[in-house]
Amino acid sequence: MNRFGYRLSPSSQIDLDVSDNSLFRDILAGEPGISTCIACGSCVASCSAGVFDKISFRKALHLLEAGMDTEAVALLEGCMMCGKCTLVCPRGINTRHAIVLIKRKLNKG
Amino acid sequence: MTDRVLIIGGGPAGLEAANQLNLLGYKPVIVEKEDILGGHLAKWDRLFPEGERADTVLYKLIKPVEHTPVYLNTIVEKADKEGNNFRVKLSGGKEEIVSAILVCAGFSLFPAEKKEEYGYGIYNGVITSSDLEKWFKTGKGVNINNPSKVGFVHCVGSRDEKVCNRQCSKVCCVTAVKQACEIREKFPDSEVFCFYMDLRMFGRKYEDLYLKAQNKYRVRFIRGRVSEVSEDFTGKVVIKAEDTLSSKPLKVSLDLVVLMTGMISNNSIEKISGILSLNRAEDGFIEPADTITKMYDSGKEGIFLAGAVTGPKTIPETLSEARASALAIHNYLSKKTIQ
Ligand SMILES: Cc1cc2nc3c(=O)[nH]c(=O)nc-3n(C[C@H](O)[C@H](O)[C@H](O)COP(=O)(O)OP(=O)(O)OC[C@H]3O[C@@H](n4cnc5c(N)ncnc54)[C@H](O)[C@@H]3O)c2cc1C
Ligand code: SF4
Ligand code: SF4
Ligand code: SF4
Repeated sequence: MNRFGYRLSPSSQIDLDVSDNSLFRDILAGEPGISTCIACGSCVASCSAGVFDKISFRKALHLLEAGMDTEAVALLEGCMMCGKCTLVCPRGINTRHAIVLIKRKLNKG
Repeated sequence: MTDRVLIIGGGPAGLEAANQLNLLGYKPVIVEKEDILGGHLAKWDRLFPEGERADTVLYKLIKPVEHTPVYLNTIVEKADKEGNNFRVKLSGGKEEIVSAILVCAGFSLFPAEKKEEYGYGIYNGVITSSDLEKWFKTGKGVNINNPSKVGFVHCVGSRDEKVCNRQCSKVCCVTAVKQACEIREKFPDSEVFCFYMDLRMFGRKYEDLYLKAQNKYRVRFIRGRVSEVSEDFTGKVVIKAEDTLSSKPLKVSLDLVVLMTGMISNNSIEKISGILSLNRAEDGFIEPADTITKMYDSGKEGIFLAGAVTGPKTIPETLSEARASALAIHNYLSKKTIQ
């Protein structure tokens, strides 16, 4: 295969027919505000750790909803729980609480 | 000089203008090409943002003008200026002498079958927003049977150079959100998706409706223009788009796809603008003489404009314009009489 320069890559498609977003729904039950995210990016722009690490609450939320948990959680790994993002969210989402719930869920299971 | 005013089009704009002209002491005459009054409003079930019944609004507009002369199934064939008046020939052979003409001919819906890749008229599971309104109102037209997944496709025939409509139709974002909530209300077990490029919630209380769609009805908003719709062997319609917020291709199989067809210029506007020598803009809509301070002014003496004939508009905006036009006609005719 190498000779032709081909490579088999896993599909990056979001297939909503098979995606399982049970983690998202669990978090939603504990922090209902997350359904109102408007993807403005304020949380990411204000993140104090964001310049050092690949942190994006916006995208993490979005990927969780699409059932891409591993990719989502990787975007919250460097979070220091400072809560700055909660201060700026225009929808008033308790983003820090949502992050706490996500981390708690993952540590348990 | 007569006190008669010809109104072309008996939709919300024409009806409200007729009422105001009556109140100002003039004798409006409505010419309507269809067999009923009400224009597009007569087709809608409930109105955004608060779910007001379209029938109730229509009744409020029609009731005050029930004694106003109306020619149904009629269009204007010819209009000649004779001194201060117009001699107007109508289809069917009738003639009217009037001192002013108010053009309230409204808009047309974008014909969804023109966007072939969306499969309207090809797949049973693909309908338009206007089909859905009709179904909500009468239960007729299309067959909707307890769908478990429903998708709304924004900007169909709008913001699209490929179909020569660059303009935003303005009302379809909020209509999609309204209809998405209504579907969730009717079918509580359904999942509903809106595929949008931008969400244009410009009006008062529209954002509230959007918030309700998110937190009460759990409508999923996916940012990305739908590229194509196809049908699988089970009869489901499969939508493909890019989820631009995660930069990933996305696919979902749905039971029902609703195309938010845009507002385009009235498909008989060429004839009307030809007869009355009105200017049209690049988007096909009639161009007023002054788009900021005098939306009602056609630039031609004695000819006035109101409503969606000059571009996409909501009903409250249309009604305000109708009142402004009635007043402008009053000012025009009073000046004429003094001279
Ligand atoms: C899917 C959809 C849903 C909508 N929902 C809402 C809503 O919930 N709330 C809201 O505020 N707005 C809504 N709108 C917008 C609303 O329909 C328009 O604002 C309104 O209809 C404009 O009124 P009009 O009188 O200018 O034009 P129209 O309603 O188009 O009426 C024009 C009239 O003129 C007649 N006519 C046309 N050509 C001629 C001719 N040559 N001679 C004689 N008569 C002619 C037509 O038959 C028609 O009766 C919606 C629009 C769409 C597309
Ligand atoms: S709580 Fe985490 S994600 Fe939010 S601003 Fe602080 S470090 Fe960034
Ligand atoms: S700031 Fe709030 S609304 Fe904006 S992207 Fe972050 S969570 Fe969503
Ligand atoms: S109102 Fe929304 S759906 Fe309609 S054309 Fe504009 S952006 Fe597209």
